[in-house]
Amino acid sequence: MNKTGAQIFWECLEREGVDVIFGYPGGATLPIYDALVTSKIHHVLVRHEQGASHMADGYARASGRVGVALATSGPGATNLITGIATALMDSSPVVFITGQVSSPLIGYDAFQETDVTGITLPITKHNYLITDAKDIAPTIREAFFLAKSGRPGPVLIDITKDAQQATIDWEYDDKPAHLPGYRPDFRPANTEFERAVEMIHNAKKPLILAGHGILISGAMEEVLEFAERTQTPVADTLLGLGAFPGSHSLSLGMMGMHGEAWVNKAIQEADLLLAFGMRFDDRVTGKISHYAPKAKKIHIEIDPSEINKNVQVDIALVGDLKETLQKLLPSIKTVDHTEWLEEINTMKGHSAVRDIKNLPDNGHLYAAHVINALWQVTKGEAIIVSDVGQNQMWTAQYYRHDQPNTSITSGGLGTMGFGLPGGIGAKFAMPDKEVWVIAGDGGIQMTQAELSTIAQEGIKVNIAILNNGYLGMVRQWQEFFYDKRYSATPMKGPDFVKIADAHDLTGLHVDSRDQVIDAIEAARKNPGTVLIDFKVEKEDSVYPMVPTGAAIDAMIRRPLPESVIQES
Amino acid sequence: MRHTFVALVEDKTGVLNRVVSVFRRRTFNIESLTVGRTHQEGISRITIVVDSDKTDVVRIMPYMYKLINVLQVEDLTYQPHVNRDLAMVKITATPENRAAIMQLAEVFRARVVDVTNNSLIIEITGDEEKIDGFVDVLRPYGIIEMVRTGIIAMERGTSTLINNMGESQNYELPIEFKMA
Ligand SMILES: Cc1ncc(C[n+]2csc(CCOP(=O)(O)OP(=O)(O)O)c2C)c(N)n1
Ligand SMILES: [Mg+2]
Repeated sequence: MNKTGAQIFWECLEREGVDVIFGYPGGATLPIYDALVTSKIHHVLVRHEQGASHMADGYARASGRVGVALATSGPGATNLITGIATALMDSSPVVFITGQVSSPLIGYDAFQETDVTGITLPITKHNYLITDAKDIAPTIREAFFLAKSGRPGPVLIDITKDAQQATIDWEYDDKPAHLPGYRPDFRPANTEFERAVEMIHNAKKPLILAGHGILISGAMEEVLEFAERTQTPVADTLLGLGAFPGSHSLSLGMMGMHGEAWVNKAIQEADLLLAFGMRFDDRVTGKISHYAPKAKKIHIEIDPSEINKNVQVDIALVGDLKETLQKLLPSIKTVDHTEWLEEINTMKGHSAVRDIKNLPDNGHLYAAHVINALWQVTKGEAIIVSDVGQNQMWTAQYYRHDQPNTSITSGGLGTMGFGLPGGIGAKFAMPDKEVWVIAGDGGIQMTQAELSTIAQEGIKVNIAILNNGYLGMVRQWQEFFYDKRYSATPMKGPDFVKIADAHDLTGLHVDSRDQVIDAIEAARKNPGTVLIDFKVEKEDSVYPMVPTGAAIDAMIRRPLPESVIQES
Repeated sequence: MRHTFVALVEDKTGVLNRVVSVFRRRTFNIESLTVGRTHQEGISRITIVVDSDKTDVVRIMPYMYKLINVLQVEDLTYQPHVNRDLAMVKITATPENRAAIMQLAEVFRARVVDVTNNSLIIEITGDEEKIDGFVDVLRPYGIIEMVRTGIIAMERGTSTLINNMGESQNYELPIEFKMA
């Protein structure tokens, strides 16, 4: 049948199961947008292409399906860059589509021409330039397969305007993608399994490091089974939150730079680390030469290039985590580690006194109170999309996730501005779920324009701004390491309630502890999007903190107030 | 330490750029780079030589494998292999010294491929040292121009990159991965 490239484009997306796409039109995507009119796919018009990129990413992370973002050539495409890099760092399956100037114009500095495949080469899993309509279908097929399989990641397709316009005789076929150099499914050798089993049975102080890979692979049950049978405590990476039920007795909490003190200490004391789908990021290891000195390390990871990259391991099982654990579990015996668990519990007890929740009420509102209340009110069941900075770390510390894919945040790239659009994407993926965006007063302003997208789409997300009047995380570093010289971190924000108002959304101010729960409940009851401006303690810091370059157990701890010190 | 990597890649636009980017991003300076067709249609072969003290040069392999268009990669450094480089050297030659130069060429098994009244082009193949040696002896005669292809390398014996690729197609992890 005769079809234009643009028509083929939409049909192929439908065949891949796409139901929603986030985009912004322009000259080089006019044919695609023209053909959209007859497509079943819902198009969300964003306010900035960066918003589209994070929405597609949030959609992908909340659902595990491939997210799709669409932008025009030149400035449209370059506005996607931050979102592409964000998706790459966090292994998020997103397909980015950009329009390109007509193929005869490529290389002539045509209006709105940018070398998009060149620019995105190092920040995509793979990318394509299509100049011929007949390549559209097979490329979309490959792109979706690449984005989702193996270690997921962003794939970009740049399509010239003439390829969109051309009419060809075309029929859909579902030939599988031909990718002779792509090996997404490695299988570990059996000999390695035997060694691993022995190491696991010999361990006295084992610890599971639960990473994002558990969620991607869908290995939650296997990890739970493994942890319970071997009585191994579980520490999470930032992106691993929710992979193991946060309220389980074996769950320790987050590790790393702002990890719990007992978790970092336990890592340093452990004699076996079981790294499940994580990559020993520098925010997790601290000073490498001092990292987990007593531990043997078993690394189960799908991406071979992660093996021995940051931390030298004793055994590497390269492969899909779920499959690998399924193969491993039948040989794993029930073991008891009561002593080890008690040792960790004692460490935990020592830390509790420093928890802001347990300190005497000084009448101030701390971010921790807000997140803790939110966790209680939502019973830990909401999808929480945090931005970047202190707000992100407090969210990670105080919101306990029992369900997978409910904690969404920009980890590897630490992209401020991710939260709001990320939350919108998550809502589109999971329309029946309660979604909360938690952002700082700085980060929210980076992508605030997407409030308008929310209004136009009529969707409901809840937005909690932890407003401390500072670029708080940077201020904290200045406080600790630059003699409190607060250079360019104090920030005057707008009246966020008025901002909400201007978008026909509901805004609420909260500045004391006793208003927190009421405000959260009011937001939940409201059928529309509610933004709550929580005026929190201005100069609070995230504790504990491992300074860069220090060992992970060399932490800066929350100073205790005089009253507490005297008591003890 | 010098490393010689050889890779089989899909013969498509932009693939060389992707491969080279792996080195650039990690700030390795490429000493020599050659690309050409293989006897199999659609497959090109790349030889890249880097000289680096950085221990993480071995990590190049897994990163190359991450590229979708890369079919097979090997680090020939620790395997018995044959290296070849080809150079063409243009030198000034007068009727008086031409015979002497040609004699030198003979000694090095080089070939004269162009002769004019006042110049010669000599072609030589061999490993790098041989070519370096030849260039040194020619220098006093006045080199006008020189071009070298860069190194191509091949494993000795019956083992070939393409066979190795076939073996790794069932996705058992090549040993190098684990130890990289
Ligand atoms: C796009 C971007 N620019 C700059 C930074 C550096 N940065 C990290 S945290 C932070 C402060 C964030 O301030 P705010 O959004 O108010 O959150 P808070 O830390 O106060 O909770 C900054 C500037 C970043 N991560 N991302
Ligand atoms: Mg702030």
